[in-house]
Amino acid sequence: MKNKLVSIADFVESIPNGASIMVGGFMNVGTPIGIIDEMLKTDVKDLTIICNDAGYPEEGVGKLIAAGKVKKLIASHIGLNPVAGQKMAAEELEVELVPQGTLAERILSAGKGLGGFYTPTGVGTIVEEGKEVKEINGVTYILELPLKADFAILLGNKVDKKGNIVYRLTTQNFNPLMATAATTVCVEAKELVEVGTLDPDKVHTQHIFIDYIVGGETA
Amino acid sequence: MNPKEMIARRVARELHDGDVVNLGIGLPTMVSNFVPEGVDITFQSENGMLNLGPAPKEEDIDMDLTNAGGQPVTMGTAGVCFDSATSFGIIRGGHVDATILGSLQVDEEGSIANWIIPGKMVPGMGGAMDLLVGAKKVIIAMTHTSRGKVKILKNCTLPYTAVKQVNMIVTELGVMEITDEGIKLLEIAPDVTVEQIQEVTEPTLIISETLKTMEF
Repeated sequence: MKNKLVSIADFVESIPNGASIMVGGFMNVGTPIGIIDEMLKTDVKDLTIICNDAGYPEEGVGKLIAAGKVKKLIASHIGLNPVAGQKMAAEELEVELVPQGTLAERILSAGKGLGGFYTPTGVGTIVEEGKEVKEINGVTYILELPLKADFAILLGNKVDKKGNIVYRLTTQNFNPLMATAATTVCVEAKELVEVGTLDPDKVHTQHIFIDYIVGGETA
Repeated sequence: MNPKEMIARRVARELHDGDVVNLGIGLPTMVSNFVPEGVDITFQSENGMLNLGPAPKEEDIDMDLTNAGGQPVTMGTAGVCFDSATSFGIIRGGHVDATILGSLQVDEEGSIANWIIPGKMVPGMGGAMDLLVGAKKVIIAMTHTSRGKVKILKNCTLPYTAVKQVNMIVTELGVMEITDEGIKLLEIAPDVTVEQIQEVTEPTLIISETLKTMEF
């Protein structure tokens, strides 16, 4: 069995400047904070971060933004992080705002090998600008394209040594989608368990999507 | 009773037994406190949960169980959690009966602007654009004006969050329905006159033939 277990430092070292990284979590719930804290210790910069939101200035993804490591942020909401707003206004941070459901589905489209999808979300708004608009059965839709990244970093509640993941409660959010849509996927395990101990009917993310496993109280 | 509580109480009376409802952050969240007895509502939270319950006691806080504002919540009976794509499938797919949102502006056609003030405030749309097009009924719960500024307009002046999606507006002054002819005043708050509400509303209100006094 391929050993996917690595130290957080070794994984973080493999992230080059300018990388695009999907970060699981929703307002820091389900966000791999161990990996983010390790990234803060390095010189990695010019990152494109894809995340539901900008978190808070002192928590999660917000820390990467505050540290000036993020060149571009693709998110649905930055309202609870005033630092992100200030950096955006000062043109130190490029922000692409995407409706939350569209963001989720764009990531899923990439993971599923689809060329995009038509959605009614954003019709007649700024979101429609520059996009194909199509009427299907009397409803107006916008074409949205798939969204991929170089890396995805996730938080799993229980992770077995092959990479099967079980999430807990609302920590799931974007994690299982991002697991499918990046070239290299690393999960931070809250609890690492032996292969064969997870109920196969209850696994949320299948091990084939996972390249690296870090952390874990029992790791 | 403060204006926000009046609004939340009145909106709660619009909910029907068995409805699936998504509440926005802020004033709309208060609506869950005033659901009439015997009315069973399934609250959906777009971060991936059904059967959202009230805020937990201090000792019961579990930071793995939060609402879309990242605040700790509890889960009601039969509650379930899921990923964000499933959550927005529920929303866009028409499986949410009603969404209750606050707003900066609403216009005569039922278009709404609540996600950006160019050059000033750029919080982002979060899940609002999806909720507005996906929910079967859109109820706007907001104070009638903001620091004296009129919010119910002939045309929104801020960038749209959605076009022609609002069904109803509830403020501390009245209950209004968006119709093809314009905004129809259905109910008016006690001690408020039609002239007073018209004065702080840009489009000319159509007064319902059965205009009622608002109950909370």
